[in-house]
Amino acid sequence: MRGLGTASAVRASAGALLLWSALAVALNGAVDLRVAAAFGAFMVVGELVRTPLPGDRQQAPLGAAAALAYALLGSLGGLRTHHGVAQVVLLCGGAMLLGLLPSLAAGVRLDPDLFARRILTVAVAAALFQPCYNSGMLDRLHLPGPVYAMLLTGDAACAALVDVLLAAALRSERSRVPPGRAVRDELAALVGIGTAIVATGMVVSLAAGEIGLWALPLFSAPLLLSQVSFRRYTAILATQRQTVASLARATEVAGYTLPGHARRVASLAGRIGRELALGERELLLLEYAALMHDIGQLSLVDPVPGGATALLPVAEQRRIGQLGSEVIRQTGVPPQVAETVALLAEPYRRADGRRDPGVPRASAIIRVANAFDDLVCDDGCPARQREVLEQLRQDTALLYEPAVVDALGRVLLAGAGG
Amino acid sequence: MTGTGTSAEAEIHTPGADPPRRALPPVAAGFVAVVLVAALLAVLPLCPALRTALPWGVLLGGDPARPDPGEWSRVAVLALLYAGCDRLARGRGSGGGVRARGAEPAPDPFQGPWAAYFPVLLAGVVLLPPSAAALVALPGALLAPAEPPRTTRRVWNAAQLGLASCTAACVFHALGGTGQPELTRFPGVLLPAGAAALTFCAVNGLLVGGILAAAEPGTHHRLWSHVLLRCPGPALGHGLIGLMMAVLWAGPYGVFAAVLLLLPLTVSTWVFAQYHLEHAAHQATVRALVQAVEIKDEYTREHSERVGRAAVLIARELRMREDRVASLRVAGTLHDVGKLGVPTRVLRKDGPLTDDEYQAVALHPEYGHEMVRGIGFLGEARDGILHHHERVDGRGYPHGLAGDAIPEFARVIAVADAFDSMTSTRPYRRGRPLNEAVAELERCAGSQFDPAMVDALVRALDRHGWEPVVAGDASAPDIPLGPREPSVRSAAGGSGRPIGAQRDPAGQRRGAACGRPPRADPLRDDPLRAESLRAESLRGDPLRDQPAREQR
Repeated sequence: MRGLGTASAVRASAGALLLWSALAVALNGAVDLRVAAAFGAFMVVGELVRTPLPGDRQQAPLGAAAALAYALLGSLGGLRTHHGVAQVVLLCGGAMLLGLLPSLAAGVRLDPDLFARRILTVAVAAALFQPCYNSGMLDRLHLPGPVYAMLLTGDAACAALVDVLLAAALRSERSRVPPGRAVRDELAALVGIGTAIVATGMVVSLAAGEIGLWALPLFSAPLLLSQVSFRRYTAILATQRQTVASLARATEVAGYTLPGHARRVASLAGRIGRELALGERELLLLEYAALMHDIGQLSLVDPVPGGATALLPVAEQRRIGQLGSEVIRQTGVPPQVAETVALLAEPYRRADGRRDPGVPRASAIIRVANAFDDLVCDDGCPARQREVLEQLRQDTALLYEPAVVDALGRVLLAGAGG
Repeated sequence: MTGTGTSAEAEIHTPGADPPRRALPPVAAGFVAVVLVAALLAVLPLCPALRTALPWGVLLGGDPARPDPGEWSRVAVLALLYAGCDRLARGRGSGGGVRARGAEPAPDPFQGPWAAYFPVLLAGVVLLPPSAAALVALPGALLAPAEPPRTTRRVWNAAQLGLASCTAACVFHALGGTGQPELTRFPGVLLPAGAAALTFCAVNGLLVGGILAAAEPGTHHRLWSHVLLRCPGPALGHGLIGLMMAVLWAGPYGVFAAVLLLLPLTVSTWVFAQYHLEHAAHQATVRALVQAVEIKDEYTREHSERVGRAAVLIARELRMREDRVASLRVAGTLHDVGKLGVPTRVLRKDGPLTDDEYQAVALHPEYGHEMVRGIGFLGEARDGILHHHERVDGRGYPHGLAGDAIPEFARVIAVADAFDSMTSTRPYRRGRPLNEAVAELERCAGSQFDPAMVDALVRALDRHGWEPVVAGDASAPDIPLGPREPSVRSAAGGSGRPIGAQRDPAGQRRGAACGRPPRADPLRDDPLRAESLRAESLRGDPLRDQPAREQR
């Protein structure tokens, strides 16, 4: 498969880099051991305090910043340093391994791609800076301080860009996200903690030139603060998601829908949404709406038989959608979610045959996912799925948007294949 | 929410609480005037002519023999930075729509978006002579959005921040932190810088505490200890960042590198604001869950949130950790969420429940547990929901746990639930006075409730008080909690189990927390039936739907 190729290429190149750096350091010997030890210790600590970030991203901001700082380190406390690219890569790799040992011992599943990404990114930053510095070229230019700082910024920005591209490529193959979409998502994530990491890495390397190794603990403190904020934010995001899922389960507990219906529709809608290149934020809102799409049924006196709203008359579906959106409006999720649910029963296109721009993509997706789950019932065998898919294709004139049904077909095919 | 928070909620730098408040009391106005004059006197030495004339001129304005040419540009850049960042932070904080008012317990003066950029002021403290440092906050404070009386607030903020910066700068210079070469001398420079940051925090805290005390006597008594005890940590952090900005700025890379340092701070502030938005959204979602139940079971309107509040009172009294308190609050609020799984007609039935109906009601803790199972943050509170109808004597449900086998959260919620049920007015009876409810809880401590939890609630009530629901329905009958007759053993159980109250022939209902002697009653021999009858008759009360243990 093509996707597997990207991941293994990234890992292989990172491994090759590590091997090369180990060889190079072994041949030429390590220099400035005290400095290396201090930065290495900081990278290890940074790895130990890694934190989950929104959007299923795992990061060790402190470790990344320390590695970047070492890659961009010129003078230290007014004295020259002499470490080269190989030493930077080796130190970064070794420190990461050391810092990850406790997690590995505890049986936490770690993503080797993260490791590979960090190695490659740091190597790029170091390769752009260290040869120029060590050869004395930068000194001969006699750059004024601010220009030198700008130069470092450009270097760090290049490294960050490489990281974004790698992350996007890996994400795109893993979650079947179109590459363009993945790049946009990763860029958006970079604006958050990414800028803080890059800025801290640069500031540490600049300040180390002035005040020596004191720069390490001092100048990474603000980043630690950001990391704590991010941790809290991620935690509340997860809690909100779980609470919405609980609310969705209300209809099941109350006997209005079949067990697991909301969860299945949400998962299917999510896969279709990724197939259709929705962004991360849109996917989250889609998930909320899919989880709560049946919540309007709580207001019904008698449960719909089997909870299958797809078979109800349109007027009734519309009413349930409206009732649901009123409940959702009070839940504190963004207003688009309520709108999506309110418009669930609207035909996707107008009488003149054009797509109705008023009906959100998410509504069309949930409608298809819901109908599919209602019709398949518990029978998950591929034959029945194909049958239902054909049934949905018959109704694409008004009810189900053809592009969404096609995406569903691709999702089912991928599910059967993988 | 729990009586904390609301008092300190007012923005620390813009005292005077609610917008409609027009004129400051004379004491407060005098205080503002004094601070303003002090700030002006501190700034005067900036004028070179006055520097030699005023006795404090050289002290605050720097040595006139060694003028610093870059001083004014530094003041300008720092002031601009502070104004810009402050504006940005405030704009985000208030413009985000839903604001979690009172969601967080007692914010401190060094938190919140408006304090995020204090490091800029502290960089000024380190870089500039005291008079000039006092100017850094000026544009930011004057341009900041403020509630009326707008001018007073803005001038006050400029003056108090200026005075705090000036004092801190004096301390920094007095301790020998002056001059650029000293700035890079680590760790020696940390001492004056730390002292300056603490001074800034202390002066700022005292001035703000003073104006709050003067403007709203009595409401801010907690603030003093708060300002003095909780500030040092964040203040030192901000001081450190300020010092780092100064170090970078004084170095060869100039202001560009210093601004880089603000990036992580800005990200932090942004994430902090996002966190608050999401937190508010989460609270709304929990409320929606509760509302879904209340649509079905209208007797319990707002009951859930009050149970959450009472549970927090108990938890604080037991000195639980804050994260446990937070999850207990949510669990208390959601304790009856499983009633969603009970058919509406059973919940609303106005008459004795049949055995089947009764068992359907008794399933609600398990439904509730099933619903909140996926909410990881609730942790042990999920078991609190599952077991909130257990009794310490083991006769509760669903599992008939006894004593310490019942999770602590469940014991808390049981007491909170019973307490609120008794004190709130329901359509069929008026809420009881607090002392009666407390007496009833104490009477049942040891049999139905954990005495430790009852004690904690009583202590919390003494300390914080409780506002029972305003009786919305004056037509509700006023029924006492029940006579204090000795328990009568049930003939059937043989377990010495007291059985519940009977329905009055007149249709009156009684609320009581634990066993009540039955009068001659045909159902006496059928404990389950008697219990279910009582469950019905005590709808919403603590013992409502306590099924007989014989069910197991």
